[in-house]
Amino acid sequence: MRRYGNIFANVDWATILIYLALVFIGWINIYAAVYSEEHHSIFDVSQRYGKQLMWIGLAFILALVILMLEGHFFTSFAYPIYGIIMFSLIAVLLLGVKVNGATSWFQFGSIKIQPSEFAKFATVLALSKYLSGLSIRMQDFKTKVVAISIIVLPALLILLQNDTGSTLVYAAFVLVLYREGLSGNILLFGILAIIVFVLTLLFGPINIILTAAYAYLIIYTLLKFNVKTTLVSLLLFSGLVFIFFNYEFSESLVYYGLGMLLFFLLAFLITKKEMKGKRLHYIGVGVFVAACLYIYSIDFTFNKVLKEHQRTRITVLLGEEDKLIEQIEGLKILRDKEGISAEDKQQIRDDIGVKRFSLRELRQGNGWNIKQSLIAIGSGEGWGKGFLKGTQTKFNFVPEQSTDFIFCTIGEEWGFMGAFILVALYVAIFLRLIFLAERQRSIFSRIYGYSVAAILFFHFLINIGMTIGLAPVIGIPLPFISYGGSSLWSFTILLFIFIKLDSERLNVLR
Amino acid sequence: MNNLSNRKFVVGLIFLAVGVIFALRLFSVQVLNDEYKLDSDQNVLREIIQYPARGLVYDRNGELLVYNEAAYDLMVIPKQVKKIDTLAFCELLEIDTAEYREKFTKARDYSSYKPSSFVKEISSISYANIQEQLFKYPGFFVQTRTLRKYPRNSAAHILGYIGEVNQSTIDDKPYYRSGDYIGKSGLEYSYEGLLRGQRGVKRILVDVHNREKGSYKDAATDTMAVTGTTIKTTLDILLQEYGELLMQNKKGSIVAIEPKTGEILALVSAPNYDPNMLVGRAVKKNYPVLSQDSLKPLFNRALMAQYPPGSIFKTVQALIGLQDGVITENSGFSCIKSYVNCHNHPSASSVAASVKMSCNPYYYSVFKRILMQGRSKSIFKDSELGLGVWAKQVTRFGFGQRLATDLPSIKRGNVPGVDFYNKWYGKGRWAFSTIYSLSIGQGEVEVIPLQMANLATIIANKGYYYVPHLIKEIDKVDTIPFVFREKNDVGINKEYFNPILAGMYGVVNEPGGTARRAKIHDSIIVCGKTGTAQNPHGEDHSVFIAFAPKDNPEIAIAVYVENSGFGGTWAAPIASLMIEKYLTDSISTRNLAKEKRILEANLMNVVQKK
Repeated sequence: MRRYGNIFANVDWATILIYLALVFIGWINIYAAVYSEEHHSIFDVSQRYGKQLMWIGLAFILALVILMLEGHFFTSFAYPIYGIIMFSLIAVLLLGVKVNGATSWFQFGSIKIQPSEFAKFATVLALSKYLSGLSIRMQDFKTKVVAISIIVLPALLILLQNDTGSTLVYAAFVLVLYREGLSGNILLFGILAIIVFVLTLLFGPINIILTAAYAYLIIYTLLKFNVKTTLVSLLLFSGLVFIFFNYEFSESLVYYGLGMLLFFLLAFLITKKEMKGKRLHYIGVGVFVAACLYIYSIDFTFNKVLKEHQRTRITVLLGEEDKLIEQIEGLKILRDKEGISAEDKQQIRDDIGVKRFSLRELRQGNGWNIKQSLIAIGSGEGWGKGFLKGTQTKFNFVPEQSTDFIFCTIGEEWGFMGAFILVALYVAIFLRLIFLAERQRSIFSRIYGYSVAAILFFHFLINIGMTIGLAPVIGIPLPFISYGGSSLWSFTILLFIFIKLDSERLNVLR
Repeated sequence: MNNLSNRKFVVGLIFLAVGVIFALRLFSVQVLNDEYKLDSDQNVLREIIQYPARGLVYDRNGELLVYNEAAYDLMVIPKQVKKIDTLAFCELLEIDTAEYREKFTKARDYSSYKPSSFVKEISSISYANIQEQLFKYPGFFVQTRTLRKYPRNSAAHILGYIGEVNQSTIDDKPYYRSGDYIGKSGLEYSYEGLLRGQRGVKRILVDVHNREKGSYKDAATDTMAVTGTTIKTTLDILLQEYGELLMQNKKGSIVAIEPKTGEILALVSAPNYDPNMLVGRAVKKNYPVLSQDSLKPLFNRALMAQYPPGSIFKTVQALIGLQDGVITENSGFSCIKSYVNCHNHPSASSVAASVKMSCNPYYYSVFKRILMQGRSKSIFKDSELGLGVWAKQVTRFGFGQRLATDLPSIKRGNVPGVDFYNKWYGKGRWAFSTIYSLSIGQGEVEVIPLQMANLATIIANKGYYYVPHLIKEIDKVDTIPFVFREKNDVGINKEYFNPILAGMYGVVNEPGGTARRAKIHDSIIVCGKTGTAQNPHGEDHSVFIAFAPKDNPEIAIAVYVENSGFGGTWAAPIASLMIEKYLTDSISTRNLAKEKRILEANLMNVVQKK
């Protein structure tokens, strides 16, 4: 027990070095992103890079303070810290100021503090504390409920602030829970749900349901009967589908309902003999019904519940622009055809107008952002345009270039080399964190370590994914890199508590 | 718990997999794909085109014929357009709201962030009005251009007009870009390369709001606009205007050439139009009107109308006959009207007399001798061989070929040769008796007025001509194209022109001449030859070629008046007035009556003879 030893004793220098590297990369790229001829001193505190330097200094002080504290402090005060932060999340709803439509900030003079950033490590502390408790088993229903409640409470409060991005971060805890014993099926199920979601938006619900129906039919008949029955039923089903699709039904619920009814009638007839008293069949059909409902609900939620700008965040990733252009061209050909009545022509014109409007929305809203972001990164090519030579970012083509879209600056000015090194640094720190977490004797520390890795990973996934067109536009910062005091401090605290815990791993058995 | 510890690999694998996916995606976006690089350049680089002023055009005496006037294009950047009072704006621009919407949609479809032209070629007067109010309409700004102006309102067919380049030109010629202007006809077309100048480009860097952020590479790649070259034409604008005046209410053309040089002094095609009608925005309105006019004002008759030459062609026949040695200057042929119809006159006893009296049977005989020189025993073969030689001789006079003048779309006319008739009648199925109409300039031979004036030039020069042309001087260039400086010999001995000259003197100056009306006064001696081209579609066309003064000619001229009957009646006096105007700068009192008669004549709607 070296109570009064060197505060850097046993700390993991590899993690700290990667941390310092990321912070430094962030700072010079913020400088590059907002650089202009008039303010060229990198230490100018009236500019963002000057301010960021101050934030960095404060972050270092915070890190030192954490290292000076006892690791025991965090385990003991986990719940009070969680309580205070939850309270501040409620308070900010009442007293906070609105920035970009989200009521997430407390304003003290010229300084703005975003409590939701600090809610991350508070939640991690509380979750670690709870799950590391004696006689806690992940398999218990009660454990799941409490653990999920700890996570969902701050997420909900942040959602009330109208900050969707920060809310989604709490999904990262699935990874932690998985490590601690949550069924892997849930992870797989989540991934499957996302895949079905994307496929449904790409190909439409009918195609997806049809595919699922065919799959179900084949698997079921093969398992229960023989190849002959399979082929006969496939033929029969295809015939029904063919007849059905050749009638011009309106795309209403009746249409969907009829289709489903026909299918289930068929399924029922085929499996009639077997079905008596066999739960499995009911479950099979039940799962299929649930899947269909999910698919329809995607369609419904997406088109009726989500707002236009939220929709475009996703559709733009799925090639909506090309699709719209194609549709408009198709309509134009139709319009110019001979022998079309005046009313039809007007109808087609109206349709073109609607599509044009959507296209414009797309191009000028999120479509524009993603396109410009891709242009910035893509134009960096192999070796980049050089420090301070990025035109995309310097001339403001990329939005939010020092915060959420900071990766564009890196991609543009440092090219593939720079971007690759950054991705590699992140992956290195994630893997290092898992390694450190796994070597902990205390369950608290292990859960904490996994949480840090999972939260950082989620930010990394969404932020970089968004700039390179692989993820929807969700405004969350890139850890240690993006401009902003709150996020830098919050990530620093999150990380350094773990470094502190890790440095004491040999001393304590919590 | 042990099996749970294996899950670290799953989590680690997820992290690694995402890292690899990102790296691959970055590699494809940054290294494999070049498009983004281009897009990025296109984003920040804005090319500001500086349009050069086109070259000026002067006449031979230094009178300004074409200059430039500032005009303004209203440009729009759709993204910057805020809520504006559309109605007031439309009123200001003199367009309706539907047009506004259409233009705006077009601009926005092109690009929301880049400027595109909204209303083109606003005149200075409208511009002053718009400029005052433009501050109310953010997103709109004005780009300066130039428009052509024609202060003399004349010579439209010669000067031509300019217009925006079309897509096929852009595809063919790399210099041109959308929005550039190019000469579409006349000298504007022929001397496009000189007149257009060189476009200047200023490259600037802009930000997302299209705000200037400085010049690109310190303006190293910027170029200045170079003004087009000034040219001087051979035209005498006063003569041109006088010609247009004389030809008012008539259809036809006048071509006047300086024989010594081949310089075109005047080239009138009637009816004509004011060149200012085809400038700027007015084109859209005026062009359809002009092109649909039944009198075809856009049609340049001097170069494009192909007529039978009529009796003026007899001079060519006589010259060839003399050169071939089948007649002498004292050959006489009786006026036998059974060969070919003629008017009443004594039989011509010499070439000069035949020209003066324009005897048809005389030339029937001459042409027969030219064709049938006994080259073969068969009259068919003999005619064929004779025609072959004859056609070559005629072609050397500039007939049946495109004269390489400096105006576009010129016709070649027609000198029917052996192939022509073989196709027409079949080989060996025609002889002199089939084609004798050629002897008096009728039948299948066709010429354009420019070629007629060129014939007058050849006779005035006694055997040579320069290709008639309109370019006199090019600024900063010492010379004009070689083709206009090259002497073309017609292959007739100089002395054979003397009887023709004598005849043409007689036409105007001796009793019994067919164009006494062409006489100016005793001090200016005009030589001329009338022609009356039979017109199967209506009243005959009236033709007259002339040159003056007789010794050392300064002007050669051809006048062609459609549907006006005998050549001496209308064409001859017009030619004489033109000559007098050119040589003396005025019309003498004794010829004022002649002038008045011409000016008052309306030959537009002559009752058609059938």
